[in-house]
Amino acid sequence: MLILGIESATAQVGCAIGGHEGVLASAHSASGRRHAESLAPQIEFTLSQACIDISEISVVAVDVGPGLFTGLRVGISTAMAIAFGLSVPMIGVSSLDLLAFPVRHTRRLIAATIDARRGELFTAFYRQVPGGVQRVSEPQVVTPDDLYGELQAASTECLVVGDGALRYRDMLEGLTKVEIADESLAYPSASSLVALAHARALREEFVQPTEIKPLYLRRPDAEINWQTRPAQ
Amino acid sequence: MTETLGQTILGIETSCDETAASVVVDGKTILSSVVSSQIDLHARFGGVVPEIASRAHTELITPVVAQSLVEAGRTGKELTAVAATYGPGLVGSLLVGVSAAKALALTWGIPFIGVNHLEGHLYAGLLEEPDLEFPLVVLLVSGGHTMLIEMQGHGMYRLIGQTVDDAAGEAFDKVARYLDLGYPGGPVIDQLATQGDPTAIKFPRPMINDGYDFSFSGLKTAVINHVRKNPNVSAEDVSASFQAAVVDVLLAKAKRAAEEVGATAICLAGGVAANSELRERTKDYALQSGVRAYVPSRSMCTDNAAMIATAAWWRLNADGPSGLDLGAKPNLKLNWIA
Repeated sequence: MLILGIESATAQVGCAIGGHEGVLASAHSASGRRHAESLAPQIEFTLSQACIDISEISVVAVDVGPGLFTGLRVGISTAMAIAFGLSVPMIGVSSLDLLAFPVRHTRRLIAATIDARRGELFTAFYRQVPGGVQRVSEPQVVTPDDLYGELQAASTECLVVGDGALRYRDMLEGLTKVEIADESLAYPSASSLVALAHARALREEFVQPTEIKPLYLRRPDAEINWQTRPAQ
Repeated sequence: MTETLGQTILGIETSCDETAASVVVDGKTILSSVVSSQIDLHARFGGVVPEIASRAHTELITPVVAQSLVEAGRTGKELTAVAATYGPGLVGSLLVGVSAAKALALTWGIPFIGVNHLEGHLYAGLLEEPDLEFPLVVLLVSGGHTMLIEMQGHGMYRLIGQTVDDAAGEAFDKVARYLDLGYPGGPVIDQLATQGDPTAIKFPRPMINDGYDFSFSGLKTAVINHVRKNPNVSAEDVSASFQAAVVDVLLAKAKRAAEEVGATAICLAGGVAANSELRERTKDYALQSGVRAYVPSRSMCTDNAAMIATAAWWRLNADGPSGLDLGAKPNLKLNWIA
């Protein structure tokens, strides 16, 4: 089984190919907002580095968010099209799961955070379980103050990971039991995606391309304004 | 027995609020043309909301592409190339189509072609009427564009004139919104106008004798002012009189341009070319003048992917494929010749 993983939910865009033997090749970049320009060439490069023909791919995994909407859709549109074109199933994984997975070796509470812009973060909490992490709260949009309050109330040692935490580092580091993970762990990685998808693929937790749904967590502004504007 | 197999191109169009895919052979034989419109999603906001459009494209792109292949009776492996509109348009919408098209091309090992949406509209005429001869004058009128273009040959376009403010379709939408007629404005004004008197109100014909550029902002304001001063005026008469003013200006300039460049035909293109009065009067002009008029079917006027697959076929054979590093270009222009 060979899995192509595509990840584009944050300022970073990347892909990885792997299977039973782990990741064979990967590529990523975080330079400018060039997700659409970079992704297809990255996939070509990664296939050639792994010495794999695209027809050998048997599962396409994709980061379904939450994240930056436009970048997210580049990855999801690309992944769906490849899965459709190859007639292979898909696996969707949350960007927050991908952030928490690489820090699974800590016994501390893990807070995964993604910078949602406009003064907000996407976040969810995780705990170590054998072989990985388990999400212990629903993904949500919060302000830095909300997160600060939750971390304070948790009153336990916590590792906060992701570009959301880095953006509000000065504020969150004021908490005594909180440590911020460094830049190398700031973005969801396509390699983690392949590893997590592999475990799910063994359990045959597949979906069809048309069943992949981006996890936006925010409604379009126009709808919010529509709902909240006073009746005429 | 050897059969000459045509070049079969899958075209994808997601520049605004239609998710479309089409399979066309050699730029002239349409095997399928699927268009999924999002009008219902945007109607309550009175215009296209970019984020809502992008979300809908993401959801619709795979089923629309799948349906276009099924209707065409083709598999991906039987295609020559995959094309997508890469501009102009809404960046978030364009990116869905461009990303999907590049991914399909990569998956099937065939070329990808990025197509200019405006060039697609120019080729809609040649798709339905392949024996049209250059030079052509194309009146491209839609919600986003109002242009008079001389098409001298494949890929050879000269800009004769364009709007200096609102696009014609935009004026229809804004007038309809003011009259509380809903969105989109074109079809509803077209419908009401059939029951109104086009001579009832003397709206201005902006810049009608003045060069080849257009201006519809002042006309729109004149309509709104008239309705404000005459609140009981019939919406039918306003629609008919407004529409007559727009069509007068569009046709006067298109005729003059056709005569000046010695065009073999005037072609209509773009969403406003679906307007009944513009269509009828363009045909009338052709009967009187001897200049051919090409009025495409309504489905070929509004955004569709068959015109993208057709323009892509010409592009592929003229310039070869695009790179997989092509991004969306929301402000993409046509390459004008002097």
